[in-house]
Order: sequence, then C-alpha cells, then structure tokens
Amino acid sequence: MMELSIELKHVFKQYPPSASFFSHIRSSPLVLQDINLKIAAGEFHIFLGRSGCGKSTLLNIIAGFLPQTSGQVLVNGHEVTAPGHDRGVVFQNADAAIFPWLTVYENVAYGLKMQHFPEKERTPIIDQSLKLVGLDQHTDKYPYELSGGMKQRVQIARSIANNPDILILDEPFGALDAQTRAIMQDELIRIWQKTKKTILFVTHDIQEAAYLGQKISIFSPAPAANICKTVTVDYPYPRNIFSKDNEQLVTKLNNYFPIRGSLA
Amino acid sequence: MKEMSSKDTAKTQALNGLEASKNTDNYTKNEWLKTGLLFLTKHGLFAWLLLLVIWIIASKISDSSFLPSPWKTLTSAKELIKTGTLQSDLLISLLRILAGWLAGTIIAVPLGLFIGQFKIIRYLFEPLINFFRFVPAIGFLTLFLLWFGVGEVSKIALIIYATMFPIIINTITGVIAIDPLKIESAQSQGASKFQVFYSVVIPSAVPNIFTGVRLGLGGAIIAIVAAEMLAAQNGIGYLIYTSRLYYRTDWIFVGIFVLGFIGYLSDTLLRLFGKVVLKKYGVFEKKAT
Repeated sequence: MMELSIELKHVFKQYPPSASFFSHIRSSPLVLQDINLKIAAGEFHIFLGRSGCGKSTLLNIIAGFLPQTSGQVLVNGHEVTAPGHDRGVVFQNADAAIFPWLTVYENVAYGLKMQHFPEKERTPIIDQSLKLVGLDQHTDKYPYELSGGMKQRVQIARSIANNPDILILDEPFGALDAQTRAIMQDELIRIWQKTKKTILFVTHDIQEAAYLGQKISIFSPAPAANICKTVTVDYPYPRNIFSKDNEQLVTKLNNYFPIRGSLA
Repeated sequence: MKEMSSKDTAKTQALNGLEASKNTDNYTKNEWLKTGLLFLTKHGLFAWLLLLVIWIIASKISDSSFLPSPWKTLTSAKELIKTGTLQSDLLISLLRILAGWLAGTIIAVPLGLFIGQFKIIRYLFEPLINFFRFVPAIGFLTLFLLWFGVGEVSKIALIIYATMFPIIINTITGVIAIDPLKIESAQSQGASKFQVFYSVVIPSAVPNIFTGVRLGLGGAIIAIVAAEMLAAQNGIGYLIYTSRLYYRTDWIFVGIFVLGFIGYLSDTLLRLFGKVVLKKYGVFEKKAT
C-alpha cells in the first residue's frame, strides 16, 4: 500500500461568528466544505485556486496554525493539533517570516537550537542545508542584505535543516520577478528530487502549477470551497513549458476557471 | 596618414580627459560645499548662530538683570565652575538621573513585556496605566517625601515613576505589534511558547523598547529638575531655583544651558549605542530625510 503523508477527512472550516456589543451575533460563512484528500509520501502536490478561495486556510490548518471546525487532519497517521517541526513552512512574505536580527546562518540554525541539538550535530546539518539552496557563500549576511529570491532560499534552507516530513509552501514565489521565479521553481524541483520530501505548494498561477506539480488539487471558488478535482500530471522533470503536453494541461486547468487565466 | 589620425584621436582623447577631470573637480567641489553646509545646518550650527544674534540684540535693548548677554552668562559660568558649585550640582543631578533612569528601565522593560504578552493582564492594567500616565511625577512629590523621606530615595523614586510610563507603554506596543508570521514561523520550527517569547517576541520589540528608554530619559531629566527645585539642597534644579533669591538671571541661564547639554549629550550617546549595538534589531531603520 502507498505510504500516506497527509490525509484529510471531511474537513470543515468556519471562522468564529463575529459579534460585537452593538450587533447581533452573525454566523460567518463556511470557508471550507468537506475536504477529503490523500497525499502520498514524497509527492509534489499543488493547491490551485483563486485568491481568497480558502487554499491558504487549509494549508494553515495542515500546518497547525488554525484549528479546523470539524473533520480530521492526519500527518503521518497522527492528528494535527499544533505547529511542529515535522511540517516546514515557507511563507510568501519572507521579510516577515525570517528573523532580521539573525544572520543567514543563525536563521537556518534557529530550529535546531530550539530543539536543543548540540552544536556539534548542528553545524554539519546547517552547512548542508545552506549548500543545498546555494547560500553557502552568504552565511554571515543579514536578511536586509539579501534579494527576494535569496530570502526565500533562507526560508527553504531553514525548513530543510529541521528535516521535516512535509515542506509546505504558501505562494512562495508570488512576490518575485518572473526571471527569479523561474530560477526558484527549478531550484525547488532540484531540492525536492534530492531530499524526497513531500511538498505541498499553494499557488494561484496555472502555469506554475502545471510546471511543478505531480498532483494538482483545484479549489472551487469561495465561499464553502471544496477541492473539485485533483489532476494527475505524469510528465517527467524537467518539464518543457513550450511542449504540446504542457499546453494541453494548461488549457485543461484553465477550463476550471471561467474567466480564463485572469485570477483576481 | 593612419598614424596621424591615431595621434589626433589620442590627443583629443587626452584633451577630453583633461576637461572631464576639470569638470568633475568643479563638480566635487560644489558637492563638498553643499554636503558640508547641509551637515552643519543639520547639526544646528546656523540655528545656534541665529539664536545667538537674536540674543545679543535682545540683551542690548533690555535690562541686563532681566536678560543677561551671552558674555555675561559665559563669565558667570566660569565663576560657578571656579567655586565648584556647577560641577557638584551637575554631578549630583547626573547621578540621580542615572540611578532613577536605570532602575526605572530595569523595572519597566520586564513589566511591559509581561503585560504585553498576556492579553488578560493587559486588559487588567491598561486602564490604570492610561490614567496614571497623565499624572506628572511632580504631583507625587509631597507624597513621596512623606513616604520615602527627604533624602535621595524619594527623588530617585520620582524619577523611576517618570521613567516607567513611556517605557512600559512602548514595550507593550512592541510586543503587540509583532507580526504573527514570525511567531508561526518559530512554532513550525519546533519552538515552545517560552522559546518564542525570548527568541522572537523580545528581539522584535527591541526598537520599541529603545524608543521608550529614550523617552524615559527625557522624563527623568524633567522630573529631577522639578524635584530639585522644590525639595533639595543641591543639583541643577536647585541652582536654577535658588538663583532667583540672589536675582542672578545669568545663573539661571547657565543652568538652562547645562540642562540642555545633559539631555542632548545623553540622547546622542544613547542613539549612538542604538545605531552600533542594536542595529540588527532594526533600531533606526527608517531614516527621516
């Protein structure tokens, strides 16, 4: 049987009702409605959907930042109740997510320090992670000295250093310019192939989804979002964005979004 | 022919080069002058000159016992230094400020972190803080004299009181304003609640804490001068206040300038400390131009 990394069973999410002193309690709408999903170990899985459709909410639930209203979230067979170092998270906003008072090296060392790894064990892991993302020449720099792409490399390196089972990325390349984004996409594929981690990648970019994913879960629009379809992509890597296969795939994905490609 | 042309071009190039360098010389000279003047303006040279001119004119047309001239003030300062009163008053004031401000910082920073970290505690204490921060330290002077005696303790207690509010309020702000993403990113790397507090919350709040400490220093100087005026036998505040008995407005001016210097120098030193030691925490990140 295939080894499961993430399993979602009937997950619902509704934010707490908004009530103030002066108004009646108003129940807020359902954000996620009955999400069921199985993600295999080592899979490159994409959440594709419009902005505000709830894909980041689901990702925050899997990461343990938000509680689900009902249903079960299992990671390696264990129920998720809190954030943990078994799930590395790469945020879109690197400026807010990495620690500006620590150097690149110290940022990558942070998780291992918090987990009380002795320095002797820490050093080789950190060096390896920095090398993997190509930051081994910039270890003593502070975040303000780094470009946007390099900051995302720091985030990936510090997650990898904690040796997570799953790498969760929330629109990680959304704020990068097109050229850097293309480079980072290739880097991510390389890192994934080398580390064989399960990757959960959220994006609203159809091209990006088609280029990266093995499985692409498409979210229906909000409210009460659901995964309306999971597309399997079995083309080998590295992929050619100009190939017929890719064109067909992008067209197929586009059909799930009534206004073609233009995601608000 | 070919040789000629190459020579020509070489010549013109050399000429062009000469002219270009001359231009850049002029250019840099102008730039130097501009940046130099801007530097001096920013550091107050022209403002002080302006003040000095106004002061001279004003003292010429008014009674010197109401408004002593700059020279009179300077000679009085020399007099006070010769007798040793200025030094001893300055030293005692400085020691009081330093003791009260340091003690206030040591109490207020942890208190602010604690109040900011726990919502319930913040809800509990915020109304009180927002009430008492409008009561100036000097309002408590008589009470503190009664409670802590007429010695140094009451004065230092007064400075502690004055120092604490800006530090507590700014520290709380720093703790509340932290980006939740930073906490989430620490948690997803295995940090416990306590680890998040000391490794993420405190460093994130450093710029706000620093602002509070700076404002606290200003509060400390104001409080001690007021206290020395009313309930002390020494200190700069005492010097200013007793000068009225001898009708020595020039001594008052000396005291005022000394106070300004204390504030300006201590704040400059503090800012330097922030720039050098706390730079990586983002103190003075946004430069006002």
